[in-house]
Amino acid sequence: MSGGAKLAVRVAEVVQVNALIRRFRFVARDGAALPAFSGGAHTVVEMDDHGTRRLNPYSLMSDPEDTSGYEISVRRDDQGRGGSLFLHRHVTPGIEMVISNPINLFPLDVRAKKTLMIAGGIGITPFLAQIAQLSRHGGRFELHYAARSQALGAYMDRLTAAHPGRVHCYFDEEGQQIDLGRLLSMQPIGTHLYVCGPKGMINWVLGTAEKMGWPKGALHHEEFLAPGTGLPFAVQLATSGKTITVGPAQSLLEAMEAAGVDAPYLCRGGACGQCETNVLVCDGKILHRDHWLTPEDSASGHKIMPCVSRFEGKTLVIDR
Amino acid sequence: MTKTAFPPAIKSRPVYGVLEPRAGTVHLVVADGEGALAVTDLLARAGEARGAMLAAMHILYTPGPNGTDMWAALEALEAAQAFRAPTIPTLLPRLQRVLADAHMGLQVYLTGTEGLMGQAEREVMVTGFPYRDIQKEHRGSTVRRVQCVHCKGVTENVATDPFQCSHCGLHLFVRDHYSRRLAAFQGVNIDAEEPGNVPPPVVRFT
Repeated sequence: MSGGAKLAVRVAEVVQVNALIRRFRFVARDGAALPAFSGGAHTVVEMDDHGTRRLNPYSLMSDPEDTSGYEISVRRDDQGRGGSLFLHRHVTPGIEMVISNPINLFPLDVRAKKTLMIAGGIGITPFLAQIAQLSRHGGRFELHYAARSQALGAYMDRLTAAHPGRVHCYFDEEGQQIDLGRLLSMQPIGTHLYVCGPKGMINWVLGTAEKMGWPKGALHHEEFLAPGTGLPFAVQLATSGKTITVGPAQSLLEAMEAAGVDAPYLCRGGACGQCETNVLVCDGKILHRDHWLTPEDSASGHKIMPCVSRFEGKTLVIDR
Repeated sequence: MTKTAFPPAIKSRPVYGVLEPRAGTVHLVVADGEGALAVTDLLARAGEARGAMLAAMHILYTPGPNGTDMWAALEALEAAQAFRAPTIPTLLPRLQRVLADAHMGLQVYLTGTEGLMGQAEREVMVTGFPYRDIQKEHRGSTVRRVQCVHCKGVTENVATDPFQCSHCGLHLFVRDHYSRRLAAFQGVNIDAEEPGNVPPPVVRFT
């Protein structure tokens, strides 16, 4: 079965954190301990949204060594495809759900002498787990966390109280911005930079760091992409011998699954590379939306990431 | 003299590239022997950025194991800082001191022999700086720094294979198996099964 082993869980607690964010706590249905994980890991939450199967990745924010349960925080996205709305509207304590084992595509490099974290909005979640992990082992860190307003700065109180002097908060509505050039120029050698937040912020941080000579190996980012919508398109699956149509709000991966094809996946957000598929015939244009394929692979037209990428044109035949 | 060409070997054996100018706030160069030529080639490649690169360049240099000393050529560059150490062991404490004060934005360029590059790489690596982002270009002598896997002693400037360990005296076969942590190739006893049956040494590294 694709996606790795699954965990049968029950929702133990739902907490409204602020106007947009809700926190969910999962415990094992059989009362056993859940697998330990490492800071930065995510889980894929399976949802049966009134007949539509949704699988969305969410970063685990609880202490990685707390195996009594996992916590995620979900920001409601009214314009999204519906996963966050389903969680906000229909998931209540006591409900049984299925989630994936933790997968870490955003792990801490423990060789770092210092960890510099930059978070935007809901991008704070992986850092909560990483800070718990670093605090336990005495790791040196510094967090710069930007939110739209004080009211939307989830967990800022908790973080600043627990780590005075290490947590710096910024509010867009108050015209505050991270002084990135200054911040990046002051970091001792051996610092690793982690950024999680909106795409614009990630590009700004990584672009500035590269211009200032930060080595690629010290730059880490995580961004889960929603598959995004688009025009419907037909795909021939060469190995399965099927032709399927991908709906406007459906991903190619979801369309394959709906057709009973067991395609590989892990993150479902264009980041992990697990679903990479060879393209056999492409008469048209692949709309690459992942950040896994190299620019050369994307341009070649020989590969596609079905979890997020789409197609426009006459014929697409893939090796699945 | 240009970049050294090595025959294909096992994955563990380090491979070297050509130094390329990169964006950075400080350009730290560690070189020995003929590595000085890779530094002048690097600066030639920088084009218009040459002056700015030299103004932010710190060079640490020592003569090569074959006696090649091109210090005059490096001194003449008038980099922001340049230091000549008589030997690699006297260069390394200086490098440690430079790294202790360094900030991210530093670019690291290593060039010359494998012994120099490996030991400098180790100093940079322990700071937490990602080793894959350390640039290295081989120039000059191919003599090896070899660790005896039996007594753990390191013999510098090994030219022949097999060779006799300078610590325990065993006859060692020089492998391509390399340790970044030790900055050394591995030497394994060649006559363990039949003591005394030692093939005549061949000069493999010059």
